[in-house]
Amino acid sequence: MTYILVLEQILNGLQLGMMLFLMAAGLTLVFGVMGLINLAHGSLYMVGAFAAAAVAGWTGSFLLALIASLAAAAAAGALMELVVIRRLYRRDHLDQVLATFALILIFSEGTRWLFGSFPLFLDVPSYLSGPVSLPGGIQYPLYRLTIILIGLAVAAGLFLLIARTRIGIQIRAGEADREMIAALGVDISKLYTVVFALGAALAGLAGALVGAIQSVQVGMGEPVLILAFVVIVIGGIGSIKGALAGALLVGMTDTLGGVFLPQLFAVFMDPASAASAGASLASMLIYILMAAILLVRPSGLYGGNA
Amino acid sequence: MMLTRESLLNWAMIAALLIVPLAAWSLDEPFIITLATKAAILALAGVGLNIALGLGGLISLGHAAFFGIGGYAMGILAAHAQNYDPLFEWPFLFEGSNQMPLIWLVAVVFSALAALVIGALSLRTSGVYFIMITLAFGQMLYYFAISWSAYGGEDGLSIWVRNEFPGLNTLDPIQFFTIAYVILCLALVFASRLARSPFGLALAAARQNEDRVQAVGLTPFTLRLTAFVISGAITGLAGALFADLNRFVSPTMLSWHTSGEIMIFVILGGVGRLYGPVAGAALYILLEHLLGGISDYWQIFLGVLLLLIVLFARGGLIGAIAGREKAHG
Repeated sequence: MTYILVLEQILNGLQLGMMLFLMAAGLTLVFGVMGLINLAHGSLYMVGAFAAAAVAGWTGSFLLALIASLAAAAAAGALMELVVIRRLYRRDHLDQVLATFALILIFSEGTRWLFGSFPLFLDVPSYLSGPVSLPGGIQYPLYRLTIILIGLAVAAGLFLLIARTRIGIQIRAGEADREMIAALGVDISKLYTVVFALGAALAGLAGALVGAIQSVQVGMGEPVLILAFVVIVIGGIGSIKGALAGALLVGMTDTLGGVFLPQLFAVFMDPASAASAGASLASMLIYILMAAILLVRPSGLYGGNA
Repeated sequence: MMLTRESLLNWAMIAALLIVPLAAWSLDEPFIITLATKAAILALAGVGLNIALGLGGLISLGHAAFFGIGGYAMGILAAHAQNYDPLFEWPFLFEGSNQMPLIWLVAVVFSALAALVIGALSLRTSGVYFIMITLAFGQMLYYFAISWSAYGGEDGLSIWVRNEFPGLNTLDPIQFFTIAYVILCLALVFASRLARSPFGLALAAARQNEDRVQAVGLTPFTLRLTAFVISGAITGLAGALFADLNRFVSPTMLSWHTSGEIMIFVILGGVGRLYGPVAGAALYILLEHLLGGISDYWQIFLGVLLLLIVLFARGGLIGAIAGREKAHG
């Protein structure tokens, strides 16, 4: 095992972490501001990926595909919020879980009906494919590096948006005291729609970016959704900073565990059983991490009292 | 006992669940008997979840874990028995089993143990954290089952012959239905006794006002954990029966869609109502069968129906017919 392999895996973990951050940021914002648990966030990820694959198929432009994914997911999110979600803010969590689970059924089967059950493919454009040489002699796929950079840029933009802009102030005020900011003349229902659409757009972007590495298919959002839940539980629900920390932790743990646990087990087991035992344990690693963090901090790393 | 509209409806449902397969039996329609068996087993899973959800107010989105553990208990014991491959040789030789009572016992014990561990960790939190954590633990077992190649991994485990029950021929659909139906009735009696017992009253009180329960010297955590374990055990038993019905167990039983579906049975019927899961599971099977015949995308309609029920008819099916009264007082 060389240090280059280790560095490569660390970059892979970073890339997964950035994707999870894009998902988790929307979830945690929606929960923090509106107090809503949204299981259908994975459907928005899927909408983004399908929109990107469709537009890339028509135009051949990857950039247009990414823009389409943002627009389609934001539109789907805004529609979802206006028709269904805003009736759920005052309801208990059980109603929110059920209604958003119902939305998953509708979105998944609707997409299957529109596009069929076969996966679509979204190609990495030629100017982003191929490896790039990094300092230290590492060859790393340019596309994955781009994903990391996009993730970092979005994270920075989001922090600026929350910390420095007028809408960010309104979002933070909405988390703290929604009656008060409504009394101060902020149109709270419009703010909610905007926040929901923003979260949806980020999920859609993540779906499009990952869709070019994996395939674009119905149900692709659900594994990511559950990872994103683990991320925000670890980070503390409602905290963007927590979402970033949790996403990086989960991305690293999952990637490094999957690669190195079987090798670690091979030190004291025969190769075949080491591979299977290592893979089994690696698949459970992030959940064990989550349980361990919750034992120490029941409301997550950066969580207040949710 | 006063016969309210709801209790009349309950009797009617439980009678219909018996009469439909009996009629199908006399008309020689084994497929309908199998559908009724499936409804009874899924209702049993819902009765299990309802103890945590309706009585205890614990929104568990991870009950597929217990359903799947019950299923794998069946699969593993029966697979070893059919292959004459000992499960373990120490401290005594055990070659697996194809006897339902033993399989049920193992399913109940292991799902209860899993519920104890998952519950003890998850109940440290509440609200939305609890939902996400139960969901995450369920997924953990799902991914574990996928990577567990010794028992089929992603492909699951098939059993050639349905397991045996002393004195009955379980391959006969109506006899297997009878087993599932009797267990469901026993579980319903148990759940109604539990709801009226001092434990059930304390649990319901902990759902309604945690501080007061604490003030009279009870520990909400212990009450909830006990309810979670009982709930998981019943759902695990349902999982063992479900796997036996299909003679097949796969990681799908553990996936979070299964958790969502078990929750749908409870909600379609009406949450917190003792017979809600029976109504919900029967309605679900009916919809699956009727709409599934019309369109491959029948789950769109299921989604729309569920959405309408959540948004506009919060008492579920029983609530719509019997009005707003609660089974669990």
